[in-house]
Amino acid sequence: MATIDLDTAREELKAFIVEAFLFGDESEAFTGSDSFMGKGIIDSTGVLELISFLEQNYGITVKDEEMVPANLDSIDNLVEYIRRKAG
Amino acid sequence: MKFTNDSLKIDAAGTVEGIQAEIRHQIGRVLKKSGAVVGISGGIDSSVCAALCARALGPNRVVGVMMPETDSSPESERLARELGETFGFETVKEDISGGLAGLGCYERRDEAIRMVFPDYGDGWKNKITIPTNILEKETFNYFNLTVENPKGEVFTERMPLKAYLQVVAASNLKQRLRMTTLYYHAEKRNHAVVGTGNKDEHMQGFFVKYGDGGADLKPIAHLFKIQVFQVAEAIGVPADIIKRTPTTDTYSFEVTQEEFFFGLDFHTMDMLWYAMENEIPPAEAAEVLGLKVEQVEKGYANIKRKIVATEYLRMAPLEMDLIK
Repeated sequence: MATIDLDTAREELKAFIVEAFLFGDESEAFTGSDSFMGKGIIDSTGVLELISFLEQNYGITVKDEEMVPANLDSIDNLVEYIRRKAG
Repeated sequence: MKFTNDSLKIDAAGTVEGIQAEIRHQIGRVLKKSGAVVGISGGIDSSVCAALCARALGPNRVVGVMMPETDSSPESERLARELGETFGFETVKEDISGGLAGLGCYERRDEAIRMVFPDYGDGWKNKITIPTNILEKETFNYFNLTVENPKGEVFTERMPLKAYLQVVAASNLKQRLRMTTLYYHAEKRNHAVVGTGNKDEHMQGFFVKYGDGGADLKPIAHLFKIQVFQVAEAIGVPADIIKRTPTTDTYSFEVTQEEFFFGLDFHTMDMLWYAMENEIPPAEAAEVLGLKVEQVEKGYANIKRKIVATEYLRMAPLEMDLIK
Protein backbone atom coordinates (compact mmCIF):
# COMPACT_ATOMS: atom_id res chain seq x y z
CA MET A 1 0.00 0.00 0.00
CA ALA A 2 1.35 3.43 -0.93
CA THR A 3 2.30 5.65 1.99
CA ILE A 4 -0.35 8.24 2.74
CA ASP A 5 0.79 11.86 3.01
CA LEU A 6 -1.14 13.04 6.04
CA ASP A 7 -0.89 16.73 5.17
CA THR A 8 -2.45 15.99 1.80
CA ALA A 9 -5.06 13.79 3.46
CA ARG A 10 -5.95 16.68 5.82
CA GLU A 11 -6.59 19.00 2.87
CA GLU A 12 -8.54 16.32 1.00
CA LEU A 13 -10.71 15.66 4.02
CA LYS A 14 -11.45 19.36 4.51
CA ALA A 15 -12.35 19.70 0.84
CA PHE A 16 -14.60 16.63 1.04
CA ILE A 17 -16.46 17.94 4.10
CA VAL A 18 -16.99 21.35 2.49
CA GLU A 19 -18.18 19.84 -0.77
CA ALA A 20 -20.32 17.01 0.58
CA PHE A 21 -21.96 18.72 3.56
CA LEU A 22 -21.63 22.48 3.07
CA PHE A 23 -22.37 22.61 -0.67
CA GLY A 24 -18.98 24.11 -1.34
CA ASP A 25 -19.56 27.07 0.99
CA GLU A 26 -16.17 27.67 2.54
CA SER A 27 -17.47 30.62 4.56
CA GLU A 28 -18.75 28.13 7.12
CA ALA A 29 -15.38 27.81 8.76
CA PHE A 30 -14.43 24.93 10.99
CA THR A 31 -11.13 24.19 12.63
CA GLY A 32 -9.25 20.92 12.77
CA SER A 33 -10.54 20.22 16.25
CA ASP A 34 -14.18 21.25 15.74
CA SER A 35 -16.68 18.44 16.29
CA PHE A 36 -18.69 17.76 13.12
CA MET A 37 -21.66 16.59 15.17
CA GLY A 38 -21.31 19.46 17.63
CA LYS A 39 -21.33 22.02 14.82
CA GLY A 40 -24.19 20.27 13.06
CA ILE A 41 -22.15 19.62 9.93
CA ILE A 42 -22.69 15.88 9.77
CA ASP A 43 -25.51 13.62 10.96
CA SER A 44 -25.58 9.83 11.20
CA THR A 45 -26.31 9.43 7.47
CA GLY A 46 -23.44 11.79 6.72
CA VAL A 47 -21.11 9.62 8.78
CA LEU A 48 -21.80 6.74 6.41
CA GLU A 49 -20.89 8.98 3.50
CA LEU A 50 -17.68 9.97 5.28
CA ILE A 51 -16.80 6.33 5.90
CA SER A 52 -17.37 5.55 2.24
CA PHE A 53 -14.94 8.36 1.34
CA LEU A 54 -12.29 7.05 3.75
CA GLU A 55 -12.55 3.48 2.50
CA GLN A 56 -12.44 4.44 -1.16
CA ASN A 57 -9.64 6.99 -0.91
CA TYR A 58 -7.31 5.59 1.73
CA GLY A 59 -7.68 1.85 1.30
CA ILE A 60 -8.80 1.28 4.87
CA THR A 61 -11.73 -0.72 6.24
CA VAL A 62 -13.66 0.99 9.02
CA LYS A 63 -14.82 -1.60 11.52
CA ASP A 64 -18.10 -1.25 13.44
CA GLU A 65 -16.32 -0.68 16.75
CA GLU A 66 -14.19 2.08 15.18
CA MET A 67 -17.22 4.20 14.29
CA VAL A 68 -16.76 6.44 17.32
CA PRO A 69 -16.33 10.22 17.59
CA ALA A 70 -12.76 9.77 18.75
CA ASN A 71 -11.93 8.46 15.27
CA LEU A 72 -14.34 10.31 13.02
CA ASP A 73 -15.73 13.47 14.55
CA SER A 74 -13.19 16.11 13.50
CA ILE A 75 -10.49 16.63 10.90
CA ASP A 76 -7.78 16.10 13.56
CA ASN A 77 -9.40 12.84 14.69
CA LEU A 78 -9.76 11.61 11.11
CA VAL A 79 -6.12 12.32 10.25
CA GLU A 80 -4.94 10.52 13.37
CA TYR A 81 -7.26 7.59 12.61
CA ILE A 82 -5.94 7.31 9.04
CA ARG A 83 -2.39 7.43 10.38
CA ARG A 84 -3.03 4.52 12.74
CA LYS A 85 -4.94 2.44 10.21
CA ALA A 86 -2.54 2.97 7.33
CA GLY A 87 0.38 2.11 9.59
CA MET B 1 -37.85 18.85 41.29
CA LYS B 2 -37.57 15.41 42.82
CA PHE B 3 -36.89 12.65 40.30
CA THR B 4 -38.18 9.20 41.23
CA ASN B 5 -39.17 5.99 39.50
CA ASP B 6 -42.75 7.26 39.64
CA SER B 7 -42.02 10.53 37.87
CA LEU B 8 -43.78 9.38 34.69
CA LYS B 9 -46.93 8.14 36.43
CA ILE B 10 -49.91 10.15 35.21
CA ASP B 11 -53.45 10.73 36.43
CA ALA B 12 -54.70 8.39 33.71
CA ALA B 13 -58.40 9.23 34.10
CA GLY B 14 -57.70 12.96 34.01
CA THR B 15 -55.38 12.57 31.01
CA VAL B 16 -58.02 10.59 29.14
CA GLU B 17 -60.70 13.20 29.80
CA GLY B 18 -58.39 15.99 28.70
CA ILE B 19 -57.38 14.30 25.45
CA GLN B 20 -60.95 13.35 24.62
CA ALA B 21 -62.15 16.93 25.14
CA GLU B 22 -59.35 18.20 22.93
CA ILE B 23 -60.20 15.63 20.21
CA ARG B 24 -63.78 16.92 20.15
CA HIS B 25 -62.55 20.51 20.01
CA GLN B 26 -59.89 19.96 17.33
CA ILE B 27 -62.00 17.80 15.02
CA GLY B 28 -65.31 19.62 15.50
CA ARG B 29 -64.30 23.25 15.98
CA VAL B 30 -60.84 23.70 14.54
CA LEU B 31 -60.90 21.29 11.60
CA LYS B 32 -64.70 21.34 11.18
CA LYS B 33 -64.84 17.66 10.36
CA SER B 34 -67.47 15.15 11.35
CA GLY B 35 -65.39 12.26 12.61
CA ALA B 36 -62.05 10.48 12.69
CA VAL B 37 -60.23 8.00 10.48
CA VAL B 38 -57.41 6.09 12.17
CA GLY B 39 -54.95 3.64 10.66
CA ILE B 40 -55.02 0.70 13.07
CA SER B 41 -52.21 -1.83 13.16
CA GLY B 42 -53.00 -3.80 16.29
CA GLY B 43 -50.25 -1.86 18.04
CA ILE B 44 -50.76 0.05 21.25
CA ASP B 45 -50.45 3.59 19.89
CA SER B 46 -53.01 3.30 17.10
CA SER B 47 -55.27 1.32 19.42
CA VAL B 48 -55.21 4.04 22.08
CA CYS B 49 -55.85 6.75 19.48
CA ALA B 50 -58.78 4.93 17.90
CA ALA B 51 -60.27 4.10 21.29
CA LEU B 52 -59.95 7.69 22.54
CA CYS B 53 -61.64 8.93 19.36
CA ALA B 54 -64.48 6.43 19.74
CA ARG B 55 -65.00 7.47 23.35
CA ALA B 56 -64.73 11.19 22.52
CA LEU B 57 -66.88 11.32 19.38
CA GLY B 58 -69.04 8.23 19.59
CA PRO B 59 -68.09 4.99 17.79
CA ASN B 60 -70.27 5.77 14.77
CA ARG B 61 -68.01 8.73 13.95
CA VAL B 62 -64.81 6.66 13.86
CA VAL B 63 -63.44 4.37 11.15
CA GLY B 64 -60.42 2.17 11.76
CA VAL B 65 -58.54 1.30 8.55
CA MET B 66 -56.37 -1.80 8.49
CA MET B 67 -53.74 -1.66 5.75
CA PRO B 68 -51.79 -4.91 5.60
CA GLU B 69 -49.21 -5.65 2.94
CA THR B 70 -46.97 -8.55 2.00
CA ASP B 71 -44.62 -8.18 4.99
CA SER B 72 -47.30 -7.52 7.64
CA SER B 73 -47.85 -9.89 10.51
CA PRO B 74 -51.33 -11.53 10.41
CA GLU B 75 -51.50 -10.79 14.12
CA SER B 76 -51.85 -7.08 13.28
CA GLU B 77 -55.21 -7.60 11.55
CA ARG B 78 -56.53 -9.93 14.22
CA LEU B 79 -55.76 -7.45 16.99
CA ALA B 80 -57.09 -4.48 15.02
CA ARG B 81 -60.44 -6.26 14.51
CA GLU B 82 -60.57 -7.12 18.21
CA LEU B 83 -60.06 -3.43 18.99
CA GLY B 84 -62.89 -2.41 16.68
CA GLU B 85 -65.23 -4.94 18.32
CA THR B 86 -64.24 -3.77 21.78
CA PHE B 87 -64.94 -0.08 21.14
CA GLY B 88 -67.75 -0.50 18.60
CA PHE B 89 -66.31 1.39 15.63
CA GLU B 90 -66.33 0.33 11.96
CA THR B 91 -63.19 -1.33 10.60
CA VAL B 92 -62.21 -1.38 6.94
CA LYS B 93 -59.47 -3.49 5.37
CA GLU B 94 -57.36 -2.18 2.51
CA ASP B 95 -54.64 -4.54 1.36
CA ILE B 96 -52.00 -2.22 -0.06
CA SER B 97 -49.68 -4.93 -1.44
CA GLY B 98 -50.84 -4.36 -5.02
CA GLY B 99 -50.38 -0.62 -4.74
CA LEU B 100 -46.92 -1.06 -3.30
CA ALA B 101 -45.94 -3.52 -6.03
CA GLY B 102 -47.15 -1.01 -8.59
CA LEU B 103 -44.88 1.62 -7.04
CA GLY B 104 -41.97 -0.80 -7.23
CA CYS B 105 -41.63 -0.90 -3.45
CA TYR B 106 -40.61 -4.55 -3.12
CA GLU B 107 -38.54 -4.61 -6.31
CA ARG B 108 -36.55 -1.52 -5.34
CA ARG B 109 -36.06 -2.73 -1.80
CA ASP B 110 -34.80 -6.13 -2.96
CA GLU B 111 -32.49 -4.51 -5.49
CA ALA B 112 -30.89 -2.54 -2.66
CA ILE B 113 -30.61 -5.63 -0.44
CA ARG B 114 -28.83 -7.46 -3.27
CA MET B 115 -26.13 -4.77 -3.16
CA VAL B 116 -25.17 -6.40 0.17
CA PHE B 117 -26.44 -9.98 -0.26
CA PRO B 118 -26.47 -10.83 -3.99
CA ASP B 119 -28.35 -14.12 -3.42
CA TYR B 120 -31.34 -12.43 -1.73
CA GLY B 121 -34.62 -13.44 -3.35
CA ASP B 122 -37.97 -15.16 -2.92
CA GLY B 123 -38.47 -16.79 0.45
CA TRP B 124 -35.80 -14.66 2.14
CA LYS B 125 -36.55 -12.29 5.02
CA ASN B 126 -34.86 -9.01 5.92
CA LYS B 127 -34.63 -6.45 8.69
CA ILE B 128 -32.53 -3.41 9.59
CA THR B 129 -31.18 -2.90 13.10
CA ILE B 130 -28.97 -0.39 14.92
CA PRO B 131 -26.52 -0.98 17.79
CA THR B 132 -28.34 -1.44 21.08
CA ASN B 133 -25.46 -0.64 23.40
CA ILE B 134 -25.89 3.11 23.25
CA LEU B 135 -25.43 3.52 27.01
CA GLU B 136 -22.11 1.68 26.84
CA LYS B 137 -20.41 3.30 23.93
CA GLU B 138 -20.56 6.68 22.30
CA THR B 139 -20.84 5.33 18.80
CA PHE B 140 -22.25 6.81 15.64
CA ASN B 141 -25.38 5.09 14.48
CA TYR B 142 -24.86 2.63 11.70
CA PHE B 143 -27.31 0.22 10.19
CA ASN B 144 -27.00 -3.52 9.98
CA LEU B 145 -28.91 -5.50 7.40
CA THR B 146 -29.90 -8.96 8.59
CA VAL B 147 -31.32 -11.53 6.20
CA GLU B 148 -32.58 -15.05 6.63
CA ASN B 149 -32.58 -17.46 3.69
CA PRO B 150 -35.23 -20.14 3.17
CA LYS B 151 -33.00 -22.64 5.02
CA GLY B 152 -33.15 -20.45 8.12
CA GLU B 153 -29.54 -19.30 7.92
CA VAL B 154 -29.07 -15.75 9.16
CA PHE B 155 -26.47 -13.30 7.88
CA THR B 156 -25.74 -9.75 9.04
CA GLU B 157 -23.67 -7.03 7.37
CA ARG B 158 -23.29 -3.33 7.97
CA MET B 159 -25.11 -1.48 5.21
CA PRO B 160 -23.21 0.84 2.91
CA LEU B 161 -24.86 4.22 2.46
CA LYS B 162 -26.36 3.65 -0.99
CA ALA B 163 -28.01 0.39 -0.01
CA TYR B 164 -29.32 1.83 3.25
CA LEU B 165 -30.85 4.90 1.59
CA GLN B 166 -32.56 2.83 -1.08
CA VAL B 167 -33.97 0.25 1.34
CA VAL B 168 -35.38 2.99 3.55
CA ALA B 169 -36.75 5.01 0.61
CA ALA B 170 -38.46 1.92 -0.80
CA SER B 171 -39.82 0.83 2.60
CA ASN B 172 -41.11 4.35 3.29
CA LEU B 173 -43.47 3.90 0.35
CA LYS B 174 -45.50 1.72 2.72
CA GLN B 175 -46.16 4.51 5.22
CA ARG B 176 -46.78 7.04 2.46
CA LEU B 177 -49.29 4.81 0.67
CA ARG B 178 -51.03 4.25 3.99
CA MET B 179 -51.32 8.01 4.46
CA THR B 180 -52.81 8.33 0.96
CA THR B 181 -55.32 5.59 1.73
CA LEU B 182 -56.33 7.16 5.03
CA TYR B 183 -57.00 10.52 3.38
CA TYR B 184 -59.23 8.80 0.80
CA HIS B 185 -61.36 7.32 3.58
CA ALA B 186 -61.33 10.57 5.54
CA GLU B 187 -62.24 12.85 2.67
CA LYS B 188 -65.13 10.73 1.42
CA ARG B 189 -66.63 10.97 4.91
CA ASN B 190 -65.54 14.54 5.76
CA HIS B 191 -63.50 13.08 8.62
CA ALA B 192 -60.08 14.03 9.98
CA VAL B 193 -57.02 11.76 9.78
CA VAL B 194 -55.66 10.97 13.21
CA GLY B 195 -51.92 10.47 13.58
CA THR B 196 -50.90 7.86 16.11
CA GLY B 197 -47.32 8.73 17.02
CA ASN B 198 -46.30 9.05 20.67
CA LYS B 199 -43.73 11.51 22.04
CA ASP B 200 -40.81 9.11 21.61
CA GLU B 201 -41.60 8.68 17.94
CA HIS B 202 -42.60 12.26 17.24
CA MET B 203 -39.61 13.96 18.84
CA GLN B 204 -36.93 11.41 17.93
CA GLY B 205 -38.10 11.24 14.34
CA PHE B 206 -39.33 7.68 14.25
CA PHE B 207 -41.87 8.36 11.53
CA VAL B 208 -41.94 8.91 7.80
CA LYS B 209 -42.44 12.49 6.65
CA TYR B 210 -45.84 12.65 4.98
CA GLY B 211 -46.19 8.96 5.72
CA ASP B 212 -47.35 8.04 9.21
CA GLY B 213 -46.30 11.60 10.07
CA GLY B 214 -48.99 12.97 7.77
CA ALA B 215 -52.15 13.63 9.75
CA ASP B 216 -54.58 16.34 10.85
CA LEU B 217 -54.15 15.85 14.59
CA LYS B 218 -51.94 13.81 16.89
CA PRO B 219 -53.66 13.07 20.20
CA ILE B 220 -50.79 11.22 21.91
CA ALA B 221 -47.71 12.98 20.52
CA HIS B 222 -47.17 14.57 23.95
CA LEU B 223 -47.19 11.24 25.84
CA PHE B 224 -44.14 9.15 26.59
CA LYS B 225 -44.50 5.53 25.52
CA ILE B 226 -44.83 4.31 29.09
CA GLN B 227 -47.62 6.85 29.61
CA VAL B 228 -49.43 5.51 26.53
CA PHE B 229 -49.50 2.14 28.29
CA GLN B 230 -51.09 3.77 31.35
CA VAL B 231 -53.81 5.32 29.19
CA ALA B 232 -54.37 1.99 27.44
CA GLU B 233 -54.96 0.24 30.74
CA ALA B 234 -57.28 3.02 31.93
CA ILE B 235 -59.60 2.84 28.91
CA GLY B 236 -59.70 -0.93 28.51
CA VAL B 237 -57.59 -1.58 25.41
CA PRO B 238 -57.52 -5.40 24.98
CA ALA B 239 -54.80 -7.12 26.98
CA ASP B 240 -53.40 -8.85 23.88
CA ILE B 241 -52.60 -5.46 22.40
CA ILE B 242 -51.09 -4.07 25.60
CA LYS B 243 -48.72 -6.98 26.02
CA ARG B 244 -47.62 -7.15 22.38
CA THR B 245 -43.97 -6.05 21.88
CA PRO B 246 -43.88 -2.90 19.74
CA THR B 247 -42.57 -3.78 16.29
CA THR B 248 -42.11 -1.86 13.07
CA ASP B 249 -44.35 -4.35 11.17
CA THR B 250 -42.50 -3.13 8.08
CA TYR B 251 -39.78 -5.72 7.47
CA SER B 252 -40.36 -9.39 6.70
CA PHE B 253 -37.98 -10.43 9.50
CA GLU B 254 -39.73 -9.21 12.65
CA VAL B 255 -37.80 -6.38 14.30
CA THR B 256 -38.67 -4.56 17.52
CA GLN B 257 -38.74 -0.77 17.64
CA GLU B 258 -35.86 -0.94 20.13
CA GLU B 259 -33.68 -2.88 17.65
CA PHE B 260 -34.64 -0.78 14.64
CA PHE B 261 -34.50 2.75 15.99
CA PHE B 262 -34.45 3.55 19.67
CA GLY B 263 -31.57 1.37 20.84
CA LEU B 264 -32.99 1.32 24.37
CA ASP B 265 -35.96 -0.23 26.16
CA PHE B 266 -38.82 2.25 26.46
CA HIS B 267 -38.82 2.46 30.24
CA THR B 268 -35.14 3.42 30.43
CA MET B 269 -35.38 5.82 27.51
CA ASP B 270 -38.49 7.59 28.78
CA MET B 271 -37.08 7.99 32.27
CA LEU B 272 -33.75 9.29 30.89
CA TRP B 273 -35.55 11.69 28.59
CA TYR B 274 -37.80 13.02 31.33
CA ALA B 275 -34.75 13.52 33.54
CA MET B 276 -32.89 15.30 30.75
CA GLU B 277 -35.86 17.59 30.00
CA ASN B 278 -36.09 18.54 33.64
CA GLU B 279 -32.35 19.05 33.98
CA ILE B 280 -31.90 16.33 36.55
CA PRO B 281 -28.16 16.02 37.23
CA PRO B 282 -26.77 12.78 35.76
CA ALA B 283 -25.61 11.57 39.17
CA GLU B 284 -29.11 11.87 40.61
CA ALA B 285 -30.71 10.18 37.60
CA ALA B 286 -28.13 7.41 37.74
CA GLU B 287 -28.95 6.63 41.34
CA VAL B 288 -32.70 6.43 40.69
CA LEU B 289 -32.33 4.35 37.53
CA GLY B 290 -29.60 2.04 38.74
CA LEU B 291 -27.21 3.17 36.00
CA LYS B 292 -23.68 4.55 35.99
CA VAL B 293 -23.28 8.30 35.60
CA GLU B 294 -21.47 7.80 32.26
CA GLN B 295 -24.41 5.75 30.99
CA VAL B 296 -26.85 8.53 31.89
CA GLU B 297 -24.63 11.09 30.15
CA LYS B 298 -24.48 8.94 27.01
CA GLY B 299 -28.25 8.44 27.15
CA TYR B 300 -28.88 12.20 27.45
CA ALA B 301 -26.49 12.87 24.55
CA ASN B 302 -28.05 10.21 22.33
CA ILE B 303 -31.60 11.50 22.84
CA LYS B 304 -30.55 15.14 22.26
CA ARG B 305 -28.72 14.17 19.06
CA LYS B 306 -31.73 12.36 17.68
CA ILE B 307 -34.03 15.29 18.42
CA VAL B 308 -31.71 17.74 16.64
CA ALA B 309 -30.97 15.42 13.73
CA THR B 310 -34.64 14.83 12.97
CA GLU B 311 -35.86 18.42 13.27
CA TYR B 312 -36.40 18.51 9.50
CA LEU B 313 -39.08 15.80 9.79
CA ARG B 314 -41.23 18.03 12.00
CA MET B 315 -40.79 21.17 9.88
CA ALA B 316 -43.52 22.52 7.67
CA PRO B 317 -42.37 23.13 4.08
CA LEU B 318 -39.82 25.93 3.99
CA GLU B 319 -40.90 29.09 2.24
CA MET B 320 -38.83 31.82 0.68
CA ASP B 321 -38.67 35.10 2.56
CA LEU B 322 -37.51 37.11 -0.43
CA ILE B 323 -40.13 39.82 -0.75
CA LYS B 324 -39.44 42.61 1.74
